Amino acid sequence: MNARAERAAQMATEFRRFVGFVVHELRPKGRMLTPFNVITASIIVVGAVLLAIRFTQGLGSITNLDQRFPWGLWIGFDVITGVAFAGGAYVLTFMVYILGQEKYRPIVRATVLNGFLAYVFYAGALLLDLGRPWKVINPILGNSFGVSSVLFLVAWHFLLYMTAEFVEFSPAVAEWLGWRRVRRALGGLTLGAVIFGITLSTLHQSGLGALYLMAQDKIHPLWYSEFIPFLFLVSSIFAGLSLVIFEGSITHRVFHDRVGARLGRSHDDILIGLARICAGTMFVYLFMELLVLAHGRHWPLLTTGWGLWYLLEVAGLVAVPAVLFLLAHRRRNVTLVRGAAAMTLVGILLNRLNVSVIAFKWYAPNHYVPSWEEVVVSLAVVSAELWVFRWVVNRMPVLATAEETERGRSAGRGLRLVA
Amino acid sequence: MDRRDLFKTACVAGASALVGRNLAAQGRERVGGGGEAMGVLVDTTLCLGCRACERACAEAKGLPLPEDEVDLFEERTTSPDRLTVVNAYQTERGRVTVKRQCMHCLQPACGAACLTAAMKKTPGGPVIWREDKCMGCRFCMISCPFDVPRFEYDSANPRIRKCDMCFERLQEGEEPACVASCPTGALKFGPRTELLDEAQQRVYSQPDRYVHHIYGEHEAGGTSFLYLAPVPFEQLGFPTHLDTTPYPTYTREFLYAVPVVLTVLPPFLLAVAKARRGEPADESGERWTE
Ligand code: SF4
Ligand code: SF4
Repeated sequence: MNARAERAAQMATEFRRFVGFVVHELRPKGRMLTPFNVITASIIVVGAVLLAIRFTQGLGSITNLDQRFPWGLWIGFDVITGVAFAGGAYVLTFMVYILGQEKYRPIVRATVLNGFLAYVFYAGALLLDLGRPWKVINPILGNSFGVSSVLFLVAWHFLLYMTAEFVEFSPAVAEWLGWRRVRRALGGLTLGAVIFGITLSTLHQSGLGALYLMAQDKIHPLWYSEFIPFLFLVSSIFAGLSLVIFEGSITHRVFHDRVGARLGRSHDDILIGLARICAGTMFVYLFMELLVLAHGRHWPLLTTGWGLWYLLEVAGLVAVPAVLFLLAHRRRNVTLVRGAAAMTLVGILLNRLNVSVIAFKWYAPNHYVPSWEEVVVSLAVVSAELWVFRWVVNRMPVLATAEETERGRSAGRGLRLVA
Repeated sequence: MDRRDLFKTACVAGASALVGRNLAAQGRERVGGGGEAMGVLVDTTLCLGCRACERACAEAKGLPLPEDEVDLFEERTTSPDRLTVVNAYQTERGRVTVKRQCMHCLQPACGAACLTAAMKKTPGGPVIWREDKCMGCRFCMISCPFDVPRFEYDSANPRIRKCDMCFERLQEGEEPACVASCPTGALKFGPRTELLDEAQQRVYSQPDRYVHHIYGEHEAGGTSFLYLAPVPFEQLGFPTHLDTTPYPTYTREFLYAVPVVLTVLPPFLLAVAKARRGEPADESGERWTE
């Protein structure tokens, strides 16, 4: 009886400490009035106002979508491009947990966190675009399954993959909260989540391309082919890794006090290793593009205006950065790796927008161009993601190990939870 | 056999063991539709361009009545509150007027696109849209080869709008409103197989009157609306580059591959992960995992 009361009292204290800790952590850290904060906060506020208008007056009130162009920037940029950029998580977890390339382990957490948030925000942006979002439960709860739909597959995979990535990241949350036993249990789930996540990723990365298979008459022949799913899958590998390189370089500067010794030591090495993998997959991709071009006998189209646009994308922003990656790897030049990654990201952005927006109904007079409101909402989605990312990185052991983070805390950079 | 076929065969062979039979059975059901799947035959040589069908449609669906005076040569499109339009075309054989609306494909792309099964081919012929299911993703609009579905962009509770062949009237044994209103018999309602016979007969018996092409017989795998015309259909604004393949086929291969990947990839990954030795290091050092 006594023991039980004691235990209850103990739990109460624990709970109070937990609440106190979370409340403390929720408070912002650092200066509030930085240029980044001011700009992104205003974007988010304007975006929220625009969304309020959109949900009360219909999609037409703030978008330039019409009967001919039912999908615009929100799908083309946020969902299709955003998810390609988030591909780094499945590639890296594959390399580390399946192939055992320990070298890349220090960046796994940041990448998985980034991937998870990207899915929450960018795949979540799909909800902003839905005309009747409250019906989204239909294909989820199962009262109406459209199993012959590629979008059905993609939507389900988004959901499942978010769960898998959360499980992959959850050890960091447990460490942050100081829940050792939970942490150990969650660690045991990682491999399963990773395997599930990789499988889902191969399917929905290619599935995003398969969405356009029935739109074949509407997409310019240089971008439409029945192999879109494969092209999307392969390009998601180097798109994701390029984002890892790019994001890593920025994160390291911004969060330098959160970076652990292990990561600090090996970061350049990691980037140079990634450069080689990018180059490899990009050459595979280029070879596939070439085969597709030959298969469709589309050579003559290359001399048209659209052909030049295509060459800019494929030669200028895939082939050139592929060579740069290779050079950077040979010369161990980290700056060059970053440059090549930036170019690759632009190339992927162009590719996804070409398929989904720019070369979609390329023949139509008065082609769709996004409204400024659509652009602001897209930027607001990105800004919101960055805020959450920053909040997590500043608190949880993402860029450093749990022990390093704990030591940091005791040294006065936050509350020391575990006495 | 080229590379592509080889790949296809491999995929399809693997997949059919799992789901193939099931999906193929569904497919057959949809193609055949039974003898009683209804359709409409539109004979543009009989059409006067009086737009009685437009008015009848608006009345039957409770939509704003169409303007009285319009220039038929100025091409109009369907809209959320105009589910059918009549346009006129200047052709090598003079003015030809054509009524357009949803084609009610035998295997509709919109139906295969719809992740809530809101768009649905009914066995009786009509492709219908169900408000309680649709989540407004507009994937049906992306996929429809005829660009038919319309979306209410100005509504907070938007619907997808398109002709449903007067599904409710059909339930009650009536003809679609447009057909009932047509004064010349340019529109004819009946079982699609019979309409097709009739169309063929008209083409064969009056080769001077018609081009040798029944639009909708094969386009996009066949449609429930069939068209006859005095001139080639590209002169009447019809998409004539469409394949005869039913549109759902284009994604079916991909969907076949899904269960294969789901069953083959995870055990493979697990085997690779298990095969390599070496200490399973952890992100946070010993203290957290021992
Ligand atoms: S014409 Fe378009 S909307 Fe009508 S049934 Fe065919 S695919 Fe669906
Ligand atoms: S908009 Fe509605 S009917 Fe069209 S595909 Fe999406 S859920 Fe189906």
